[in-house]
Amino acid sequence: MTDVVDRTEPAPEPAPEEPAGTGDADAVPAWRRLLISVRVPVLALLTALAIGAILIIFTNPDCLYAWARFFNDPMRALSRSWDAVYDAYRALFLGAVGSKHAISETLALSTPLIFCGLSVAFAFKGGLFNIGGNGQLIAGATLATWLAITFDLPAPIHVVVCLIGAFVGGAIWGGIAGVLRATTGAHEVITTIMLNFIALRFLDYLLTLEAFLPEGQANPVSEPLPDSARLTRFPEGERLNLGFILALVAVVVVWWILRRSTWGFQVQALGINADAARYAGMRTGLLIVVTMGVAGGLAGLAGAGMVMGISTSLTAGVAGNIGFDAIAVALLGRSNPIGVLFAALLFGGLQAGSVPMQANTSTPVDIVTVIQALIIVFVAAPMLVRAIYRIKATGPDTPTFTSNWGK
Amino acid sequence: MQTQVPSPDPTPDPTPEAGPSHLDSAALVLGAHQRKARIVGIAYIVVGVLCLWWFGLGSESGLDSSFGLAGAGDTTLTVPARTTGITVGVVVIFLGGLQLARGFRRRGAITTIVVVLVAFAFLAWATRGADFSLSGMLQTTLQRATPLALGAMAGVLCERAGIVNIAIEGMMLFAAFGGAVAGSVAGSPWAGLVFGLACGAVLAYAHAGLSIRFQVDQIISGTVINIFALGITSYLATRLFPVYENLNKGVTFQQWEIPILSEIPLIGPVLFENNIFVYALFVLVPFVTWALFRTKWGLRVRAVGEHPRAADTVGIDVYKVRYRSVALGGVMAGLAGSYLTLGSVGSFEQNMTAGRGFIALAAMIFGRWNPVGALGAALLFGFAESLQTKLAILETPIPSQFLLMAPYVVTLFVVAGFVGRSRAPAADGQPYVKD
Repeated sequence: MTDVVDRTEPAPEPAPEEPAGTGDADAVPAWRRLLISVRVPVLALLTALAIGAILIIFTNPDCLYAWARFFNDPMRALSRSWDAVYDAYRALFLGAVGSKHAISETLALSTPLIFCGLSVAFAFKGGLFNIGGNGQLIAGATLATWLAITFDLPAPIHVVVCLIGAFVGGAIWGGIAGVLRATTGAHEVITTIMLNFIALRFLDYLLTLEAFLPEGQANPVSEPLPDSARLTRFPEGERLNLGFILALVAVVVVWWILRRSTWGFQVQALGINADAARYAGMRTGLLIVVTMGVAGGLAGLAGAGMVMGISTSLTAGVAGNIGFDAIAVALLGRSNPIGVLFAALLFGGLQAGSVPMQANTSTPVDIVTVIQALIIVFVAAPMLVRAIYRIKATGPDTPTFTSNWGK
Repeated sequence: MQTQVPSPDPTPDPTPEAGPSHLDSAALVLGAHQRKARIVGIAYIVVGVLCLWWFGLGSESGLDSSFGLAGAGDTTLTVPARTTGITVGVVVIFLGGLQLARGFRRRGAITTIVVVLVAFAFLAWATRGADFSLSGMLQTTLQRATPLALGAMAGVLCERAGIVNIAIEGMMLFAAFGGAVAGSVAGSPWAGLVFGLACGAVLAYAHAGLSIRFQVDQIISGTVINIFALGITSYLATRLFPVYENLNKGVTFQQWEIPILSEIPLIGPVLFENNIFVYALFVLVPFVTWALFRTKWGLRVRAVGEHPRAADTVGIDVYKVRYRSVALGGVMAGLAGSYLTLGSVGSFEQNMTAGRGFIALAAMIFGRWNPVGALGAALLFGFAESLQTKLAILETPIPSQFLLMAPYVVTLFVVAGFVGRSRAPAADGQPYVKD
């Protein structure tokens, strides 16, 4: 009984055969296939934005007032609604890509999403659901912070040490879930949820200790990281930093592992059919542990990016909602590293743009969360999008991912 | 996936086997059973020894612990701290010995007794040389446990029918919001309650629709609902509450003393001076247990959760049973969420569930997908939570964060099978596709 179906990946063989093959599926040109593969995500985004627009209209006091008098002056209601939506989305758009500052904010905020999105996507490939991004991120950020403020090392070495520490911290936290899954069958969804909260409470505790706090301070904010352990910010004065470049490297590395390495092949075999993988002689238990470990390590690097690049000190809120946003990123990116990159840039942009949007149009930043939720719904239920836009299915509808509780 | 690890078990079974060559499966089952019984016995002894050593011998002799008991003419129960710790430790070790020697039939009950005894010894140790309101503590425990237990029952109802529900958190949050707003607009907590329950049911229905009709992975669907609920409630609260102030006035249910029962010393004020949510809990736990395990409806729900194909074969409409069961679960989550506003602080705050839905999930797992077990787990977690607020006063060396961590750690141990394995319904999380 397979519980894990993941056929989002296009057939690995491009099969460049002669087009004489009488017009079957293989003859579809590459650009066409690309179009088909991005169609659902793009429509999902547009639909989510449309629903967000309705939400903006019917929570805007001016619009509500105009709509209440719709029959006196219907044009007024419509124009007010248009204005409200146009202003909000314009501010959102300009806040995301409208200026040099906006773009660097977008890239900075997408950095942890890339790492965490890769983490979730990598686990997906192995048939594992890593819902524990937050916990792993905290573990990574904590270890990186501790290494940064405890040791005194010259700049480039210090950064490397902290990054390795963050990876190890996240890998341990993710690895616990992997070990539990491999040895006892405890489902990783339950264990990673629990590990998230354990990490959060443990961080709360650590932020009362002298090892983390500046002298004579009781606020739960760690000592700022020394300059030697910070990731260089590159346009001076912006929050964009070297972490973004590292994230791009991570995209390439994960892509390479999945596409070119034997090990990546084994991970995907595990994800497609764990029983078959076992009968083929793969050590599935070890694979599960290592997959969760690497996934955790990637999330840990997101934590390093947060403390070493963006916030420069450790707080209890370091993880925010990144671990959950990352699930949306991985789903929108169809668990493909390149797809994850673009999905993370999109969400980073939405988050960066939402701040000026709230400041200028008093549309709360939380609308981005709603839009993200709607995007996941439409991506995870392609049937829904096809039903709305009356698109014919190109192949059998396969669930993106299916898992069940530990047995 | 059957991740049934063969468990090579490096330690040879010490029990001498009569027929060494062919063990039949019954003997294997018996062996596993005995081993588990032995582990439990050893666990009791370890806990007993720790209790004896730490709470008994660890406390200075001659110090008394005074527990305030409300309702009994404000008397106090005074016990010598050291003696209590020693007594409890010895009793628990004795119970462990009995368990090892011949085993208890009702291990769940014995475990509950052990937990309560050790908790009491701990309190006596922490309170030594001081006063402490025991009834206040118990009351807080019950209040903290109520949303957890109700939320856990939401999980039980969904998962017994085979739909994984990690969206308890989102449903609770949405219901808390809906309850607060409707209650404020109508000026009546009852209206708020009805609307809150409806909010829970609506999100649950969405969860059911996504996972049954559209076959979205149930964990993804649950995650979506959590994110959506957090986003929409925060959005509406930030957008609307500053403009329309009467949307969040903080309407609450009054406490409601049950006439004669509330006069009983200690138990009366703890159990029978509460609001409607706590009484609903008292009624719902036995009712849901009865309905799930003693009625035709319950049999159908469980059949659909364990083996939908078989249920379908005998003519049960799998989809209908699942939809209804999940919607009912949503009503429970709605009750749990409404408690947070209407039954407690009144007004809504952003992300006010603060992970309680996930503790409820933990309580459900710890309680083995069973309403009574879930209530027990919720009480334990509620105790840990209320203890956390009290420990600061008592100046114990345990950081409060570790108490808040306890539910999650315990659940981790339980799912890993270290402390009695908790098993999910067999078809939990699997979409059912009719042939």
